[in-house]
Amino acid sequence: MLNVLVFAALPYVSAVLFLLVSIQRYRRDPFTFSSLSSQFLETKGLFWGSVPFHLGILTLFFGHLLGFLFPRQMTLWNLVPVRLFILEASGLAAAFLTLFGLGGLIVRRVSTPRLRTVTTPADILVYLLLLFQIVTGLWVAIALRWGSAWYTQTVVPYLWSLFKFQPEIQRVTELKLAAQLHIGGAFVLFAAFSFTRLVHALVAPVPYLWRPNQLVIWNRLRGGARF
Amino acid sequence: MDVRAQVSMVFHLDKCIGCHTCSIACKNVWTDRKGAEYMWWNNVETKPGTGYPTAWEDQEKYKGGWEKTGDKLEVRAVGKVRGAMTVFHNPNLPTIDDYYEPFTYSYQDLFDAAEGADQPIAKPISMITGKPMKIEAGPNWDDDLGGSPVYAANDPNLENISPEERDAVFELKNLVFFYLPRICNHCVNPACVAACPSGALYKRGEDGIVLLSQERCRAWRFCVTACPYKKTYFNWGTGKSEKCILCYPRLETGQAPACFHSCVGRIRYFGVVLYDAEKLESTLAAEEKDLVMAQRKMLLDPNDPAVIAAAKSNGIGEDVLAFAQRSPVYKWVVEWGLALPLHAEHRTLPMLFYVPPLLPVMAATGEKGYDTTIEGGFLGTIDKFRLPLRYMASLFGAGNEGVVRYALRKQLAVRTYRRAVTVGDVTMEEAKKLLAEAGCSVEQAEAIYYLTSIAPVDDRFVIPPMHREEAIEMLDSPLAAKGFAGMGFRRKPERGA
Repeated sequence: MLNVLVFAALPYVSAVLFLLVSIQRYRRDPFTFSSLSSQFLETKGLFWGSVPFHLGILTLFFGHLLGFLFPRQMTLWNLVPVRLFILEASGLAAAFLTLFGLGGLIVRRVSTPRLRTVTTPADILVYLLLLFQIVTGLWVAIALRWGSAWYTQTVVPYLWSLFKFQPEIQRVTELKLAAQLHIGGAFVLFAAFSFTRLVHALVAPVPYLWRPNQLVIWNRLRGGARF
Repeated sequence: MDVRAQVSMVFHLDKCIGCHTCSIACKNVWTDRKGAEYMWWNNVETKPGTGYPTAWEDQEKYKGGWEKTGDKLEVRAVGKVRGAMTVFHNPNLPTIDDYYEPFTYSYQDLFDAAEGADQPIAKPISMITGKPMKIEAGPNWDDDLGGSPVYAANDPNLENISPEERDAVFELKNLVFFYLPRICNHCVNPACVAACPSGALYKRGEDGIVLLSQERCRAWRFCVTACPYKKTYFNWGTGKSEKCILCYPRLETGQAPACFHSCVGRIRYFGVVLYDAEKLESTLAAEEKDLVMAQRKMLLDPNDPAVIAAAKSNGIGEDVLAFAQRSPVYKWVVEWGLALPLHAEHRTLPMLFYVPPLLPVMAATGEKGYDTTIEGGFLGTIDKFRLPLRYMASLFGAGNEGVVRYALRKQLAVRTYRRAVTVGDVTMEEAKKLLAEAGCSVEQAEAIYYLTSIAPVDDRFVIPPMHREEAIEMLDSPLAAKGFAGMGFRRKPERGA
């Protein structure tokens, strides 16, 4: 029963929450879309937290995404032991980097009095969820080694089955507890995503890289941005 | 010709008495809010001095403005690629301590304190943490050269003058300073706009006011670093950047911005100027020492029929053109060459110009006080100014002494001429000779004198019609926004989750 709730119901609940809330929030309340940077109040500690955390988590995110999108290619890549070893080692390194960064961020937030005034309950939730995710992820990586190999054979087909609306939950219910916690935690994180500052990832300023330098907006032209 | 209209400003520094009334007017209207307490969109600083935020002119530290490498212009430190490298932690972002920690006092203690042998005191309380704190800085901490060996001596502009000149500036009996009121320059080539990754910052097409959309800002913080004048501020409460809006709601109803309106010394002039957007690239390509003149040349003569025709075809209204023809800014900057941009070397083309101060003028004090018999008479000569010309050139000439010398010399000539008229201790021939040397006709001298000393409010603030009736918001249903805060912003500015 719990398995059905976590692996068949929760994914859809979190997907609906993620989509609806973030779209509605962007339309109704764009003012709340912000990275809520606290560098202005504390900058030295942020360097040791924010940089490793972001580099680590982006590596991990795209690693998971690659496995999800190209499971065949990743399996083929892993056929050569050295390559599997490199992939596993980089994943593990990124996880430790993320943990180091997140730990730094948490220590900084707790030990800097100025930051307490700008810490919301949602921030604490974000810290707890991310910490849970990274700790369970590391647990998986260390206790259930060669994850990049079995991930593409178990979790990826399960995730695709979710998109086909025929959840094959037996593919993940037979996994070890660590992996199940990591998957369940991901759905919770996903569900909470659009209620927190994490939404800043959705508005990452990638188009800036090819935008013209100056931006001029005319009052009398509707939607009339002109460069 | 791509003619654009730009609201523009002149501050006459000789008239500034450093009363901070402008700062207070602005503070009361715009920044008396949580997270904005430390912001002074308008601030007045003492020069020589480190200003606000501390040593903002030190670009080794803050890395603001544009950088020209060859023909390429790039935002220093936080351009596109450089910005992407520092988005998770920006090493050049000033922190609250570079400004000051905002504080109040525990006034209630004065009423609630238990009876005792001592007077109760009101302790300073941090407006960030709410806890008692030690006040170590403020927005005008080095006002009137207070603590000048510590603060004023660190003025980055002093690096451009010789050690002897430095010593002379800080010699006690020669101590010299003037005030520099600063607001956002509403630049034609704003580095903050170019650095904003989310496109929240923009220039308003009709009047060139640089604004920051609170709904699009994502707190990437590049604007704070990019502005070489440190006139974009980060609101630590809402997690959004903010800046001077040139009181556009006031301008749109024909009123001068609050800081202009409240200026006691009447140092401020407001007007619209026309510029050719097609000339921007060539203007920005100029050598550093030519930047001031290049910017001046970019401004178009509003009486030139060709300019008028091009402006009309570009959608600039006839009434706006009429105001451009009356613009005091055009007179100060282009016709008279008296008003100069601040730190033009950052290539942002600032549209706030300063008339460099003559006073205090006497270069030397004799044994019996001021010696008026020295060369140059009661005003002395430009080369013997107590603040060396090179210092002024570092501020207002992008290093070019010539433009500053021209402005000071003309002011000296006008002053001498008026002294010949009203006091009579200078002969008219002598005054006219000085005027001729300064490239100034008698009519121009009278016009400068009028705008400096006599001009009533309507001649100082020539505010063009903003044509709100043509704005897109006018096409929206007013009933749909009934009961909201107005000005396009419809929620309480509270920090998001």
